[in-house]
Amino acid sequence: MILLDRVSKTYNKALGPSLDRISLHVEPKEFVIVVGQSGAGKTTLLRLLTREERPTSGKIIIGGIDYDKLKDKDIPLLRRKIGVVFQDFKLLPNKNVFENVAFALEIVGVSKKEIKHTVPKVLDIVNLTGKEKRMPQELSGGERQRVAIARAIVRQPRILIADEPTGNLDPKHAWDVIKVLEKINRYGTTVLLTTHNVEIVNKLKRRVVTLQHGKVASDRANADYKI
Amino acid sequence: MKRRFITLGRIIHTGIVNFIRNVSLGVAAIAVMVVTLTIILFSVIANATFANTITQITNRVDISIYLKDEVTPAQASTLVAQIKALPNARDVRYFSKQAALDRYIQQSDNKESLLSAVSKTTNPIPATILVKPTDLNKIGNIITFLNKPANAALQSDQPSYSGDRKEAIDNITHATNVLRRIGVVAVAVFTVICALIIFNTIQMAIFNRRDEITIMRLLGAKTSYIRGPFVVESIIYGILSAVVSLLIINSAFLTSSNALQASSLGLLDIGYASEYFAANFWKLLTMQLAVGILIGTVSSVIATRRYLKFKVR
Ligand SMILES: Nc1ncnc2c1ncn2[C@@H]1O[C@H](COP(=O)(O)OP(=O)(O)OP(=O)(O)O)[C@@H](O)[C@H]1O
Ligand SMILES: [Mg+2]
Repeated sequence: MILLDRVSKTYNKALGPSLDRISLHVEPKEFVIVVGQSGAGKTTLLRLLTREERPTSGKIIIGGIDYDKLKDKDIPLLRRKIGVVFQDFKLLPNKNVFENVAFALEIVGVSKKEIKHTVPKVLDIVNLTGKEKRMPQELSGGERQRVAIARAIVRQPRILIADEPTGNLDPKHAWDVIKVLEKINRYGTTVLLTTHNVEIVNKLKRRVVTLQHGKVASDRANADYKI
Repeated sequence: MKRRFITLGRIIHTGIVNFIRNVSLGVAAIAVMVVTLTIILFSVIANATFANTITQITNRVDISIYLKDEVTPAQASTLVAQIKALPNARDVRYFSKQAALDRYIQQSDNKESLLSAVSKTTNPIPATILVKPTDLNKIGNIITFLNKPANAALQSDQPSYSGDRKEAIDNITHATNVLRRIGVVAVAVFTVICALIIFNTIQMAIFNRRDEITIMRLLGAKTSYIRGPFVVESIIYGILSAVVSLLIINSAFLTSSNALQASSLGLLDIGYASEYFAANFWKLLTMQLAVGILIGTVSSVIATRRYLKFKVR
């Protein structure tokens, strides 16, 4: 599903590479956790997958799409196949909760009727029923995070990328979010999760990829968090 | 296919919503577009009016040829036939002495006194041939023909023609040419200014919505979906400006016809101009809409192409 072959990314030559010859293979329907200290390159890795950034070198193939052959005009179609929960949410401040989630469907041409049918279901999954009319600035950090998750899963993507989706949540809500990701994974979506949360990593017992200074330090199945 | 319609509908809807939210941003663009379209409309109307005035005057101009009393009807009809054969003679009519007198009396102001004066004496009016030319600028060949000795011998007097009218026509032709030139230059200049202001407006709008645009991109929106609403907004500028330009010209006619009554504004025949405006209202509205929409579309497409470039680092 996801194949990275010696992928490097250097933002700024003076600062050295943020990712250094990363190789990674993720099977379809797999659930992979990427851990690593702040600045290790987790977000950079995800940005390469969504084509927000181009790798400095190396090969990326996702769902059969070779990124070297991907034209700029086809990037929107690629991004429609990948759901992303951004570390900084990226909610639209002038749209309410419902509209923010609906937005992901609107831009791909889903009908109003279908939107009215789908969005409440997804908001229910993330426990935001009743808060549809709230604006993002009227929400707590955790609620905003859950809006971002709802928006990422509403299109039922084949790949879900979640960058620190539990960062702002108390343990109970954090676990709720993880349960949503597990559920989506059970329905067949490949999940790539980054986190700092030791407890979650240890409880999940999934494949853990550890990044350190832009390199893969370890890649183990059913792993605990070790740095 | 269905998705395309839904998307098109969303683009138009977003364009309208954005237009309403950012009216203040669009005011400058609309103002300049109104000026541009008003100049275009005024030029078109003035052009038609001047053309009409020239036709009107040409129709009224005629050359009068006065025949000696001793010219026989046969000689007169030969002359008439010869004049009719001239290329520039549109209409040639012969008036006998009596008919010329009747016509003279008809055209005079105080018919009563003239009638009594004429009845006491013999008819002083010569038989007359009236010639209407096709083109006033080529009146010379008719005059040359009449001044040939053989033809001059038949005439009691120099042929008369309305020289002052020719001058008026020259003035109007000149004004038309000047106006056309000014019109073309003004339209060109203002269209460019208009496009530049739309550029600037869109650049600002894109800057204001840059976060939203980034998010749309990350969620997989196509560039056309992001660009569409900006183009729709500019088309709305065009439509509004077209309507406003017609309102401006309309109220200009209302005030000027109230103020000047039937008088004319310099060479411009306000009466005909407003008649022309009313008669061709829908045509003119369509023209203005077409031009406004064209300016809006072209400049916004160029602007969004320039400022919404999508490039992955
Ligand atoms: N746009 C950028 N330009 C230059 N340097 C960047 C940019 N983005 C990230 N970096 C650098 O690349 C390195 C990796 O950053 P990245 O955001 O991937 O870390 P991270 O693992 O996601 O950290 P965190 O856990 O804090 O989110 C850092 O040293 C960061 O300073
Ligand atoms: Mg990060």
